[in-house]
Amino acid sequence: MRSRLAAWAFLLPLVAYLAVCYAYPLFTNVDLSIRGYTVRSFVHGGAPLVGFANYATVFGDPTFRTALVNTVLFTLVSLFFQYTIGLAAALFFARGFRLSATLRALFLVPWLLPLIVSASTWAWLLNSESGLVNAVLEGVGLTQVNWLTSPQWSLVAVTIANIWIGIPFNLVVLYSGLQNIPREVYEASALDGANGWQTFWRVTFPLLRPVSAITLLLGLVYTLKVFDVIWIMTKGGPSGSSTTLATWSYELGFGNMLPRFGPSAAVGNVLILIAVVAGLLYIRMQRRQELS
Amino acid sequence: MRTAVGVLLTALMLFPVYWMINVSLTPMSDMRKAPSLFPVNPTTEGYERVLREQLPYLGTSLLVALGTVVLTLVLAAPAAYSLAKLRPAGRQTLSFLLLVAQMIPGIIMALGFYGIYVKLGITNTWWGLVLADSTIAVPFAVLVLTSFMASVPDEVLQAAKIDGAGPWRSFVSIVLPASRNGVVTAALFSFLWAWSDFLFAATLDSGGRLQPVTLGIYRYIGNNNQEWNSIMATAVVASVPATVLIVVAQRFVAAGVTSGAVKD
Repeated sequence: MRSRLAAWAFLLPLVAYLAVCYAYPLFTNVDLSIRGYTVRSFVHGGAPLVGFANYATVFGDPTFRTALVNTVLFTLVSLFFQYTIGLAAALFFARGFRLSATLRALFLVPWLLPLIVSASTWAWLLNSESGLVNAVLEGVGLTQVNWLTSPQWSLVAVTIANIWIGIPFNLVVLYSGLQNIPREVYEASALDGANGWQTFWRVTFPLLRPVSAITLLLGLVYTLKVFDVIWIMTKGGPSGSSTTLATWSYELGFGNMLPRFGPSAAVGNVLILIAVVAGLLYIRMQRRQELS
Repeated sequence: MRTAVGVLLTALMLFPVYWMINVSLTPMSDMRKAPSLFPVNPTTEGYERVLREQLPYLGTSLLVALGTVVLTLVLAAPAAYSLAKLRPAGRQTLSFLLLVAQMIPGIIMALGFYGIYVKLGITNTWWGLVLADSTIAVPFAVLVLTSFMASVPDEVLQAAKIDGAGPWRSFVSIVLPASRNGVVTAALFSFLWAWSDFLFAATLDSGGRLQPVTLGIYRYIGNNNQEWNSIMATAVVASVPATVLIVVAQRFVAAGVTSGAVKD
């Protein structure tokens, strides 16, 4: 009995913290989304209940479709390239060679830099007039691209930057997954005369599947949240062409002089629903892997 | 041969980082000309401006990041000890909630915090920012510390108990020292995340007297005369903690990533 009391005494600060710093903000967010807040009632209270009106506003707004499609495109394309490049790098480093540990550590740098640093560096690299990328394109005889200021390219530009930021995470997790594949499996496949390509597709890739699934699902959860990179590079523009649910929610609530907290919270709650579904899939996957 | 390819790939990967340093040393007069691969007329004007204008921002970032580390460890370490060693009923539910908490998009937390802070009149305070920033780190810290503390052998704790040590005593003199690698990992990541935070700073502290360096950079970008050497110089300075981390604490970093995602 005493020990159970002690166990809860040690947990109590955390539980109280979760209630105050997680449950309460999340509750506030729901409350914001079902009331008709104005700047005045936001400060002084007394906003009327409006039920699902904010959600209806959001769903009826043409930006919702754009933001949803952009979120899906941004997430899927980012994940595909982060994973593929991360896996290629993990396979490359898995062989082990002189300096491999040092170089692998250096690969982590983009992931640890503050996002505002990475995003502003990419913004300058992709700058229309003075950016290096356009200078190189012109140098090899291609037409220059308005990466950040044309509606056709802005989403591509932020996706490129986001892929770069996500490669290290994929590398680290997949690398540790590769380390856990027993060496004998490779020896057996070499004895059977499999070449490198066959070994990868028939042995490495299938054995890596649980780790791959977890990497991708966790990547999915992380990518849905991405806000800084897009906001700093394009602010979701021009005219909404690179906006996602996360940046749209921010734009509604904080992007201009006339905040619309209700719709902003409604968009946020749609996003959280998607994230939690992805999150629960991840948790189920991890449980299953731990059992096996 | 592989080493050569490896160096080349790493150089390619880190090219944007090099470019940031290159631009930070380029004089404004060269900025609108064709970009050059090396700073041909290197200048420190960007860094001089950082020293003149950004020091208060950097100081705030340091204060907020250290505050977040302290708050995170104070909350997470005892909780992790309880989850790993005292094993109360309901601990699975709590671990589950922590996993879910990590997945909540920051923008939702930011809006929720904003609503609360406005009501309480505590926007634009550094400690309010610490409280919000800690939400990025606490669930991760509890989970990482739990997995480190779980590896402290139960026999040691049993022996201590027989010698008359209570749970607090065991926590402070046995479990905590034995899992100091976990403490370092949790501390490093909380520091880095709080240092890098832009979203909470932009929503909760954009009118504050003390603002972090992420807002300092953001204001530079927002200026119409966009002085990119100053922007990039600030970015270089803001990247110092991450770089130091890679150099001195590489194994903790890898441990943090993998224990957050995949269990061995």
